[in-house]
Amino acid sequence: MKNKLRLLLSLCGLMAVTQTLIAAEVIHEEKSLYRDINVVQTGNRRCLIFNVHRGDRNQTCLNVNNRDELIFSYTKMSFAGLLLTPQPKKILIAGLGGGTLPLAFNDLFPDAQIDVVEVDQAVVNVAKEFFFFEENANMSVAVNDARVFVKRAGILGEKYDYIILDAFGGDYIPEHLLTREFLEEVKQIMTEDAVLVANTFSTSRFYDHESVTYQRVFGEFFNFKLPASGNRMIITQLDPLPPRGNLITQAQSLAPSLEKYGVPLLEYPARLSTRVDWDMSRRVLTDQYAPANLLQNN
Amino acid sequence: MTVEMLGARIMAPYFGGSISVWGSLITVFMLALSVGYLIGGRLSTRNPNPKTFALFFIGAAISSIPIILFADAIMRPIFLAIEDPRYGSLLASIFLYFIPTSILGMISPYSVRLMVDSHEHSGHMAGLLFFVSTIGSAGGTLATSFYFVLWFDVNQILWGAVAVLLLAGSVILLINYLLQKRAADAQASRYEK
Repeated sequence: MKNKLRLLLSLCGLMAVTQTLIAAEVIHEEKSLYRDINVVQTGNRRCLIFNVHRGDRNQTCLNVNNRDELIFSYTKMSFAGLLLTPQPKKILIAGLGGGTLPLAFNDLFPDAQIDVVEVDQAVVNVAKEFFFFEENANMSVAVNDARVFVKRAGILGEKYDYIILDAFGGDYIPEHLLTREFLEEVKQIMTEDAVLVANTFSTSRFYDHESVTYQRVFGEFFNFKLPASGNRMIITQLDPLPPRGNLITQAQSLAPSLEKYGVPLLEYPARLSTRVDWDMSRRVLTDQYAPANLLQNN
Repeated sequence: MTVEMLGARIMAPYFGGSISVWGSLITVFMLALSVGYLIGGRLSTRNPNPKTFALFFIGAAISSIPIILFADAIMRPIFLAIEDPRYGSLLASIFLYFIPTSILGMISPYSVRLMVDSHEHSGHMAGLLFFVSTIGSAGGTLATSFYFVLWFDVNQILWGAVAVLLLAGSVILLINYLLQKRAADAQASRYEK
């Protein structure tokens, strides 16, 4: 009996040890003014996590043995804009995260100029130190608020042909990046053939408000959801949206070049929908009315 | 506090929502209040009267109106002239909020003077006033950030605050007028006897 107990106990001990071996290891912690940033490694997978105590989702993950491979579906979904603008020359990415998205774009379009805007210097530091992010002649990061950056770019007359809005991480929503006025300012810096890809919210009342706001500014847009992912991307441009046939043709010609990043581009055209599946009576979000953080909880 | 909570929202389109914008805002509010306390205290030594007291409320209301009407006109040139949003938001906060906030700061010391009739009671009255004004600040903060922004536009809330200040000023003037009238009547009737 005693022996059995001892065996059981040692088994438990062994399990605990192997558990910790497989379990995530925190390799770096950084406090910034905005959030706690943790870098966690599980086997080959290294992830950037905001506010780990609250159980928030990973911001970016990277396979350290195959850095080209993109892991999150929302990161991959950001490439769907290529179906509308296949050869971007000037790219703006709001929200750096671990930097895997800008790195992939830089790799895919080495001649394109890429500007990244990130409000938190600590995120930039962590991306450089742990996620192999580097600035180069064609890719630079501005530590600034995206709203300020876009407004100034508009005044300076700068234009982008591929804009990714991915500035919503952690648990506080930057309300001034969701309003009609902000989207009007984004419109100002889009070239005629530009595409806008916005990673937005797919849950709560907020989905309705945000959809109504985008529709007010851009008219019809592609609503891009994947069944396995909780994310919803809004993809739109200044001109009327192209027919699905064009998207399929683009997907076929681009898919091979995206294979190494693990982006299943061929699956995307069928997922781009223009169907209105939100409550159109919701109020447009404006600089005057944007209680996004309150709406999220409703 | 209602104005302070909204202040960040008003400045976000030009200077962003970064922590430095909150820093600018709180700094300017604190500076303005401290200047207000100083001036209010100084004014209370010279012929303290309810009329001046009421004018503080009305002055604060009127000087808040530019926040509603000219916020963009004030922030735009600052945004164009100053590239760093930290200093931009600091300057914008000064132009938008310094005057109304410092006038509001004059109210507390002045009301201590009006309410205190003896040295013994001064501490008691000051404590009571701090209690009322700080509870009011807490209420304004909570109501604005939890509910008002959900129900109203920013400008509607600001007009509401202006209306409340005007109302408070008017009520003080009215009470003062009625009291003076009664005192005058009482005096007149005394003379008649």
